Amino acid sequence: MRQWRIIAKEAMTRASIIGKFLCLLHVTDAYVLSSNHVLGPSMLPTLNITGDVVLVEHLSHRLGKLGSGDLVLVRSPLDPKKTLTKRIVAMEGDKVTFSLDSTRSHNSRSLVVPKGHVWIQGDNLYVSRDSRHFGPLPYGLIEGKVFMRVWPPSSFGLWGE
Amino acid sequence: MGTPSILWSITKKCFTVGVITLTVSDLFASIVPVRGASMSPTFNPKTNSLFDSLSDDRVLVEKLCLRNYKFSHGDVIVFSSPNNHKEKHVKRIVGLPGDWVGTIYDVVHIPEGHCWVEGDNSASSLDSRSFGPVPLGLVKGRVTHVLWPPHRVGTVDRKTSQNRVSSSSSASKF
Repeated sequence: MRQWRIIAKEAMTRASIIGKFLCLLHVTDAYVLSSNHVLGPSMLPTLNITGDVVLVEHLSHRLGKLGSGDLVLVRSPLDPKKTLTKRIVAMEGDKVTFSLDSTRSHNSRSLVVPKGHVWIQGDNLYVSRDSRHFGPLPYGLIEGKVFMRVWPPSSFGLWGE
Repeated sequence: MGTPSILWSITKKCFTVGVITLTVSDLFASIVPVRGASMSPTFNPKTNSLFDSLSDDRVLVEKLCLRNYKFSHGDVIVFSSPNNHKEKHVKRIVGLPGDWVGTIYDVVHIPEGHCWVEGDNSASSLDSRSFGPVPLGLVKGRVTHVLWPPHRVGTVDRKTSQNRVSSSSSASKF
């Protein structure tokens, strides 16, 4: 009888340690730093088409320290289950001039990015689907800022400005 | 030896409790106060202009719906405002992707990945009629129960208004 008690107590202790560790993992992943596998051609040549593993920090967007030129991970406005990696081209209040078809620049449009939104574009304008197609992105959809690449090892490192 | 280690163990306990609470509130459910009368009479039915924060309704918001973003017409959701990501609103889903929603002036098509939200109290609600369809990625949870005040504790039911929304049959079964 006593042995079951001891075993049960030991199991509870172990389970609570694992539980606490998983909670810490979630908080770190969501609020501090996480890694993401990004792939696709829309950010060539910055990111490879075959897939890179990047580190994303989740502090800057909460502190309002994002600006033009930052690479960000955002939740797609077209499918909430997907995340996109794009570059912020303009912040709220900025004026954006763009053309949907990059090969013919004479039909360009301009607009001012509304309050609470940002304008994102992929570096590879020819294949990227971004704010030029779905409009300004609400700031609340930004999940983090990409600051470092860890795979492939040949392109390990931070990005310069 | 005595006091610093007591302080350290209290700090460790607080940190652990904080991390666990944050995880549970992010992944399972959390309790939030509802401010304003835009969801009257479902929440905050008393429309006196002085709202003291103790008399606001407190509701249970479940986060399990964020695993696959499957919502139904009439769900009450919590979402970040498209115009100010620091504000959160509580409104009811009236239209899902692919639906056509009728407003006073025209009929709006809800694009993929968005929803149309409206407050139950149409007269004083700032909702999709002002800021348009809301991306589902901004949804932070679904309200399931009212937990305060005690005489109104209960589940929050789905309420649909069939006469204003036309949904394509493929949208109603995700």
